[in-house]
Amino acid sequence: MNNWLVIISALVYLGILFGVAYFAEYKYKKGKSLINNPYAYALSLAVYCTAWTYYGSVGRATTNGADFLVYYLGPTIMCALYWPVLRKIIRICKTQRINSLADFISTRYGKNFTLGIIVAVFCVAGVIPYIALQLKAISTSFSILTSSVSSSEVGFWQDNTFYFTILIVVFIILFGTRSVDASEKHEGLVAAIAFESIVKLIAFIVAGVFITWFIFDGFGDIFSRAEKISELKKLFVIGGNTSYSSWTSLLVLSMLSVIFLPRQFQVSVVENIQEAHVKKAVWLFPLYLFIINIFVLPVAFGGKLSFGAGVDPDTYVLALPLHHQQYLLGLFIFIGGFSAASSMIIVETIALATMLSNSLALPVLFSSTGFKASAKSVRQTILNTRRLSIILILFLAYLYDKTVAQHFTLVSIGLISFAAVAQFAPSVIGGIFWKGASKNGAVAGLVIGFVTWFFTLVVPSMVSAGLVSENILHNGLFGITWLKPFALFGLDGLDSISHGFFWSLFFNCCAYFFVSVYSVKKAQEIYQAEIFVDIFKHSSIQENNAIWKGTADLSALNSLLENFMGKEKAGKVLLNFATRYKIPVDAKRADPRIVAFAEKVLGGVIGSASARIMVSSVTKEEELKIDEVIHILRESQQMMELNKELRRKSAELQRATDQLTSVNEQLKNMDVMKDEFLYTVTHELRTPLTSIRAMAEIVHDNPDIPDEQKQKFLSGIIKETERLSHLITQVLNLERYESGRQKLNASSVLLNVLIDDSVESLEALAHEKNIRIVKQLPDSMFIVQCDAPLIQQVLNNLLSNAIKFVEPEKGVIKISLHQNADGMQIWVEDNGKGISKELHELIFDKFFQAKNQTLKKPQGSGLGLAICKKIIEMHGGKIWVESEEDKGSRFIFTLPSD
Amino acid sequence: MQKILVVDDDPYILMSLEFLMKKDGYEVKVARNGTEALELINIEMPSLVLLDIMMPDVDGYAICKYIKETKRLKDIKVVFLSAKSKESDIQKGYDLGASLYITKPFSTRELMKQVKGLMAS
Repeated sequence: MNNWLVIISALVYLGILFGVAYFAEYKYKKGKSLINNPYAYALSLAVYCTAWTYYGSVGRATTNGADFLVYYLGPTIMCALYWPVLRKIIRICKTQRINSLADFISTRYGKNFTLGIIVAVFCVAGVIPYIALQLKAISTSFSILTSSVSSSEVGFWQDNTFYFTILIVVFIILFGTRSVDASEKHEGLVAAIAFESIVKLIAFIVAGVFITWFIFDGFGDIFSRAEKISELKKLFVIGGNTSYSSWTSLLVLSMLSVIFLPRQFQVSVVENIQEAHVKKAVWLFPLYLFIINIFVLPVAFGGKLSFGAGVDPDTYVLALPLHHQQYLLGLFIFIGGFSAASSMIIVETIALATMLSNSLALPVLFSSTGFKASAKSVRQTILNTRRLSIILILFLAYLYDKTVAQHFTLVSIGLISFAAVAQFAPSVIGGIFWKGASKNGAVAGLVIGFVTWFFTLVVPSMVSAGLVSENILHNGLFGITWLKPFALFGLDGLDSISHGFFWSLFFNCCAYFFVSVYSVKKAQEIYQAEIFVDIFKHSSIQENNAIWKGTADLSALNSLLENFMGKEKAGKVLLNFATRYKIPVDAKRADPRIVAFAEKVLGGVIGSASARIMVSSVTKEEELKIDEVIHILRESQQMMELNKELRRKSAELQRATDQLTSVNEQLKNMDVMKDEFLYTVTHELRTPLTSIRAMAEIVHDNPDIPDEQKQKFLSGIIKETERLSHLITQVLNLERYESGRQKLNASSVLLNVLIDDSVESLEALAHEKNIRIVKQLPDSMFIVQCDAPLIQQVLNNLLSNAIKFVEPEKGVIKISLHQNADGMQIWVEDNGKGISKELHELIFDKFFQAKNQTLKKPQGSGLGLAICKKIIEMHGGKIWVESEEDKGSRFIFTLPSD
Repeated sequence: MQKILVVDDDPYILMSLEFLMKKDGYEVKVARNGTEALELINIEMPSLVLLDIMMPDVDGYAICKYIKETKRLKDIKVVFLSAKSKESDIQKGYDLGASLYITKPFSTRELMKQVKGLMAS
């Protein structure tokens, strides 16, 4: 394929990337963020998948089978720890305005300048090979696509890698260094990275689908053909070529790398917009890793089946379509690989450049005596430093690619970088969970870790490149056999990566721990340790609590900020802070809290170590003593406890208020109910009173009426008086049951006997109306625990109601006893006119009349049913009626068995 | 002879009122519930109805409303006799066009005086 066509395609692709980034920034300025969602966040995490994944996994799979998966299992497992670990790091970085791994470590250990430099240098040294790997992947895939010779023999002006590198440098400078404030989010950049993650995923899947279904006949075909070749068949088994020790070390390596690789730190921490996005990314990101790996094995086997030994397995994904004359497809796959490589280079370089400039270059620059922080120049200086760092990093990577990288596979280069960044794990993870860690411990651990890493992993690669004599491999350093890079202290049997990783991390951890325990900590360190470890307690109030002593001139501080941030922004920032915490603004003597805040804001721009230097240049600072720090910490501790106590108290108060309100509400309800009840009762009393009065007056005023008639009125008076007193008894009873004053006097009672008694006592009344009462009782006796007189009252009530409501002569009343699992049921049935459905519940209600202002309860029932209900409920039973109009009624109540 | 309809679901009140009205020389019809009352009003066309309010089927208010809204019946005078003693209940009775609202229990002598007055007017 034509060189220029490929180059122009790559250019067009980068153009699209520019477009995406510009569009995102444009939208952001309009107030709508494209990346403020968990999906964009998860896609940006997928910057983890580089050219290594895109090309290298296939290569690895041809020799080691499924073990390439370990690099994706690690991150997947790490995702489970994202919420406790990553979220804490994110919170710390947000509140402390930290924007790089170097800044994180140096801030944690007392804003230490040296530590920042160490981390920055190690990061660059460790990761440059990895960037070089991406450049190598681009140039290799380019050569395959254009069938040109490998570029290592030609001068750089003829080398396409060189031009790709320049293209990427331009892109990064344009999008990564637009603002001085490194803590600002790179909206466009993240959008572009997320976009690249989509492109590489689609491209790889398209390649996989083409190879699996168009060249071969699906998964089954590839695997059954591969099975016939013994070399491939053994790859079907996990662990065939890989020992358990290297599985374990690779797993831990990839777990650590997904947090500590500078680009992962950049996208997952620095560019994180909301902590909540982490929650969804925890499963979205592993899902992405899963999908992009589906076709790795088919492609690997497909390549082996098609090519044999002639073609580099790392390039199968591209070589296979080309072999089948699918040039357009090949171009698309090249673009996918290009996007995987470029996204890694872009983010990694920005992260490293921020580190180099903020933790290394600027502190050195600012502390040099000749430096004057004057308005415009200083911001330009920062930007230029960052741009220079970018160019430097990519130049080094290019150099590494040209000299060393040609001798290794993609995966082995990447692993060396993994092992490098894993060295940060003790200081970072220890730093956020262990208050006892000290700066000296961190320095010791990091230095010894890196030295070991360099010796066991980098030196051998330099030997292969011919930079160091091969002697060292066989005889050890200075001829000491204990110091062989592949078998340190006689430890052999491990592969070189596991060996190097083990020793470097082992020495690192030991030094970190023991030096920390035995070293004296400075005031700043203790304070930072407190903030980092207890960030979730401190993040709200620590701003209002400064650890700083001395005198500062507010105007000097202000002009310092102006130099770095611009006049408008600087003025606003300090004023807002002062108003928020109601700090008096005194131009001559700045409040310590303002000084601390200014330093933190400045830290966001130039890193914490540089900010420290700049702020102390305009203030007169006094050394803080340990006991002063402890005093401040204790004060903030007390304030926190006070706050907690206050919150607790106010919650208690709120609860009490709620309770009072609800009690009040209940009382009001009870009051209304009482009123209604009283009204019902007086209403019930008025009716008999009316007839008594009327009849008495008639008898009194008409002495001459016939005796027979007089008799009628007089007996009416007596009946109505009885009704009146019955009513009063009922009211009093009901009141007694409801108030709970009536205690149940339960004993073992023979239900059959109780029913017999009731029926007997009402027989006469029934006889008057010529009504039959039928008993349907089982032969066996039923014993129930209950208050006999009360249950008797219920039975009498139900029976007498029934007698009242059935028609004379035709009426039949049936009383029966039924047993079920819950206890006994007593049924009282009649063939009266029945009760309509809407009254079924109301008739048991003592407020029946009050609620139904004009319709009267079926006559005569009075409060009887309300009392029955109360009695049954007191026994833990239920009472209800089943009835339809004109079909009679069945009153049922239950008595639970014990 | 002027005709009076007495409507109440309590048998003793009914008995007493029937006696009293007859004694004063009126022709008396009695109804024990709302349904019966509506029937008798149409058949008998009484001059006055003594009307209870709370009854199991049709309530007194509805009957009064029916009387006052029916052209043929609207001159029939209505006297409520009710145990409902709230101000709002009484007001409702008058709003529906009743001539009088007497709360139970009442003096029979007073009632007779009032009825006599109403029948004369």
